[in-house]
Amino acid sequence: MKTTTEERVVDLTTSTVRQLNHSLHQLRHTDGPAVWHVKEPRGAHSVACGLTVPVRIEVDGPTGYYCAGMNQVATVILHGNTGTGVAENMMSGFVLVKGNASQSAGATGQGGLLVIDGNAGARCGISMKGIDIVVKGNVGHMSAFMAQAGNLVICGDAGEALGDSIYEARIFVRGKAADLGADCVEKEMRDEHRSVLADLLSKAGLDYSPAEFRRYGSSRKLYNFKTEQAGHY
Amino acid sequence: MCGIVGLFLKTPSLESELGLHFSRMLATMASRGPDSSGIAVYGNPASAGSLKVTLQHPANDYDWSIVAENLSRRFSRQPVVRIISTHAVFTLAAREEEVRALLEKMHPDVTVMSVGTNIEIMKEVGTPESVIARFKVERMTGTHAIGHTRMATESAVTTQGSHPFSTGFDLCLVHNGSLSNHSRLRENLRREGIIFRTDNDSEVAAGYLTSHMRNGETLSSALTHALDDLDGFYTFTVGTSDGFAVLRDRIACKPAILAETDDYVAMASEYRALAVLPGISEAKLWEPEPATVYSWRRKP
Repeated sequence: MKTTTEERVVDLTTSTVRQLNHSLHQLRHTDGPAVWHVKEPRGAHSVACGLTVPVRIEVDGPTGYYCAGMNQVATVILHGNTGTGVAENMMSGFVLVKGNASQSAGATGQGGLLVIDGNAGARCGISMKGIDIVVKGNVGHMSAFMAQAGNLVICGDAGEALGDSIYEARIFVRGKAADLGADCVEKEMRDEHRSVLADLLSKAGLDYSPAEFRRYGSSRKLYNFKTEQAGHY
Repeated sequence: MCGIVGLFLKTPSLESELGLHFSRMLATMASRGPDSSGIAVYGNPASAGSLKVTLQHPANDYDWSIVAENLSRRFSRQPVVRIISTHAVFTLAAREEEVRALLEKMHPDVTVMSVGTNIEIMKEVGTPESVIARFKVERMTGTHAIGHTRMATESAVTTQGSHPFSTGFDLCLVHNGSLSNHSRLRENLRREGIIFRTDNDSEVAAGYLTSHMRNGETLSSALTHALDDLDGFYTFTVGTSDGFAVLRDRIACKPAILAETDDYVAMASEYRALAVLPGISEAKLWEPEPATVYSWRRKP
């Protein structure tokens, strides 16, 4: 794809989400605008899903479920609240929510950066596998449940059972965690963590000091195979 | 999956358009459940000492005049009858128990959908669009309305298994989710005298609230107890004569979103259903927290 300087406007009161996504998917094969404005989404589901080219999408208004899901390399800016599973299974690229996100934001994400200006609901970063998520507000209960890799940065407070059954993802919390889930513990913040956190805060446009955060992660008691139990299998 | 919508007007300015806005909300949720659909509308109250009783019979051409005649003979006054498709709203000066007893004896094929001074419950099998058209919901006026579109997972697709369920005088409940301990609860509630007409899990939630409020609890207290006694997934919206309430279970995987302006409070399973409301771009929007009772009452 070669991008053009033209900016495309798609109004979802006159065009369907399927048409929008099809046009965006065609960019793999054809030249097209580098910047797309999506108007009047009115809570529609699956807006700007499955993008595989480095375009910039600006969505004006609230979106529904799975917005910007499976994103690769594209930049998606959401001007409004968004529903369940924003940036679900993102592979790379950048998604910014200029509002609140519902449950399961960034679920199973494998790469890229998701920034949420407001709050995220329950299960933010559930089963994340390498994505970085920065939430400027609070997150709901069971966030980072079974999180495997990547970083979840929470500038506000976290709901109950943070990091339940976590694997090797890192959680940074500036506010308070209501409580920690099974096998999730507070861990020492070392230089390498401060450096990762500083980088993410800078990318999200925040000037907090890493010293204001606590780090949480796995105590590795749940998921490790215990050799002394080998005979039981 | 099911869809829930609720629209509660805080001021009289939109009362004449309640049905219009509410219909648009409900129709938008068709993709969450096209099996059956129902509404509870509150408004146009019966005069002091009178009741509004909404009845249903499966036949489109059911002869309601016989019911009217039997009621007028029993209560020595002619009821006002409004027939809408398979339903009829009777307004009459009588006591609820006496009306129920007479209907049970003389018209056992007629179902009592709701009893109150404000409430009218109407529901049928079919898409929200077909139910909206059947009951002419767009033309309805009133102070608040609650609606449901069902995708059945627990029990048969029938009129009786549709929502809203009446939970008492001027009260109703709609449910998105599923309850896992409804059989045991149903048996316990039956022993307390609560009558169930279906195998539906949501009817048990309705019966649970009825039972607790009969024992003198407030709606808010009954909902708080529900958090301990109802096992399963739920977003409930409950209608009262002058308000409504919303409750999600502790896990809160069933969606809900609330919007509030100076004129109304609106609730829906998804934002799409709120997008059709006037002034929504300026509304305060939020998702109700798990295990938290939200309720509103109209200021007198």
